[in-house]
Amino acid sequence: MSEAAGQALKTAIQIRNLNFYYGKFLALKDNNLDIVEHKVTAFIGPSGCGKSTLLRTLNRMYSLYPGQRAEGEINFYGQNILDPKQDLNLLRARIGMVFQKPTPFPMSIYDNIAFGVRLYENLSRGEMDERVEWALTKTALWNEAKDKLNQSGLALSGGQQQRLCIARSVAVKPSVILLDEPTSALDPISTAKIEELVHELKSEYTVAIVTHNMQQAARVSDFTAYMYLGEMVEYGPTDQLFIKPKKQETEDYITGRFG
Amino acid sequence: MNQNLYNRRLWKNRIGIALSMTAMALGLFVLLWILSVLFINGIKAIDWNMFTQSTPAPGSEGGGLANAIVGSLMMVGLATLVSTPVGILAGVYLAEFGDRSRIAEITRFMTDIMLSAPSIVLGLFIYAILVYQVKHFSGWAGSLALSLIAIPVVLRTTENMLRLVPGNLREAAYALGAPQWKVSIMVTLRAAKAGVVTGVLLALARISGETAPLLFTALNNQFFSLDMNKPMSNLPVVIFQFAMSPYDNWVRLAWGGALLITVTVLILNILARVFFREKISH
Repeated sequence: MSEAAGQALKTAIQIRNLNFYYGKFLALKDNNLDIVEHKVTAFIGPSGCGKSTLLRTLNRMYSLYPGQRAEGEINFYGQNILDPKQDLNLLRARIGMVFQKPTPFPMSIYDNIAFGVRLYENLSRGEMDERVEWALTKTALWNEAKDKLNQSGLALSGGQQQRLCIARSVAVKPSVILLDEPTSALDPISTAKIEELVHELKSEYTVAIVTHNMQQAARVSDFTAYMYLGEMVEYGPTDQLFIKPKKQETEDYITGRFG
Repeated sequence: MNQNLYNRRLWKNRIGIALSMTAMALGLFVLLWILSVLFINGIKAIDWNMFTQSTPAPGSEGGGLANAIVGSLMMVGLATLVSTPVGILAGVYLAEFGDRSRIAEITRFMTDIMLSAPSIVLGLFIYAILVYQVKHFSGWAGSLALSLIAIPVVLRTTENMLRLVPGNLREAAYALGAPQWKVSIMVTLRAAKAGVVTGVLLALARISGETAPLLFTALNNQFFSLDMNKPMSNLPVVIFQFAMSPYDNWVRLAWGGALLITVTVLILNILARVFFREKISH
């Protein structure tokens, strides 16, 4: 990792010997990876390669479903979050997640954002107003939404809904934000806005993004991991991985000869 | 293209359509017949007196259904107040918490039995455990019997509506660090609100016409009474008794009551549809 010579890169999440099972099916095989603080890490690979699965281990989303389990270690600033004693609600407040399809809650735009904040903070009405404005401004939605904060979040367009979902995650001030194919259901203009947003976010948050779109990975990320059949094939600075991949398989995939 | 095959399919299609149209016409004809007879006979009975006077004694003139209308409203209202929270909370448990656990499976099975049990059985049950013990019929007992019919309806609709809520929405709420009860109440149940309200309205429509469970429980009361501890008049039982009586004014009132219930149920069903449509349009 030669990028930014001299500047020490701090690891936010350290993944060690991670195996993941859907029942008996081994979906992730001995994954090792360091997700760097305040950088964007992209996960690419063909469908079913395990990139979304990996993302869902990072906030223990899989724990909602019996039969899914992970082995190994995921150290989040030194604390192993796979520990059965890990408080999942607190973990998820620290590691936020945005999904493929926009998922506004059936409530007003304001409450969509306030919902998450109220879980862990006791803010006055004024402070909450500020927080909502801050989150919407951060996600470039304030100008479009400021006059309809009391309208249902469902009334927004798809791209706006997705930015609302990102705003919702940002509003609780997590340390890491996980984005699971956040633009695959959006039009190109909305996609561009979200990519811009991802760029903005990394100054304050560590971002991990799963994407089907290699150009997107190249555009938004600092580090890229190429996965195939549950294995971490290659991982490195994005420029290096796209321009001069170390492995033949990676090259085949990014040049479109495969996948 | 095989012209022969095409022609054969064309004819099959025509026959199919003709058969289903006939079936539809038959169904619609019977329905309209029932409704028109009901309207022609019922509309004559509906006047101001019907709402202000109580049921007439045998042989006396005039009279109305005021006591039955109020009795029905009170018992159906109380039954709704009881069955709505119980049904909704149990439905939330089945869909969000219990899922495939043993206790949830048993509850589901019991609910299915209650849904298909003849309502007279539920009436008899309340008769045995309440009416027979305290030795008198009462509005409370009637209300309880109606609740037993409404609870499984509300419960099942709530569970089914919650299951229609996409898993993404739940995950999104969990992803913010919300505990399960908050996800269930503030996100999932809210997303299913229209469907749940529909279920409550349908349960309401169902119990407002039930006769059998009230026969053994609330029985009837010739006089106007607001005392839930006493036998209570109600529309279905009054219709049942009056329709078969030899008195003209009684028979007339039975028609009026029948029309009143039908119109109420119709309105409730329309409301349910309106609510549900609003949900779909989101």
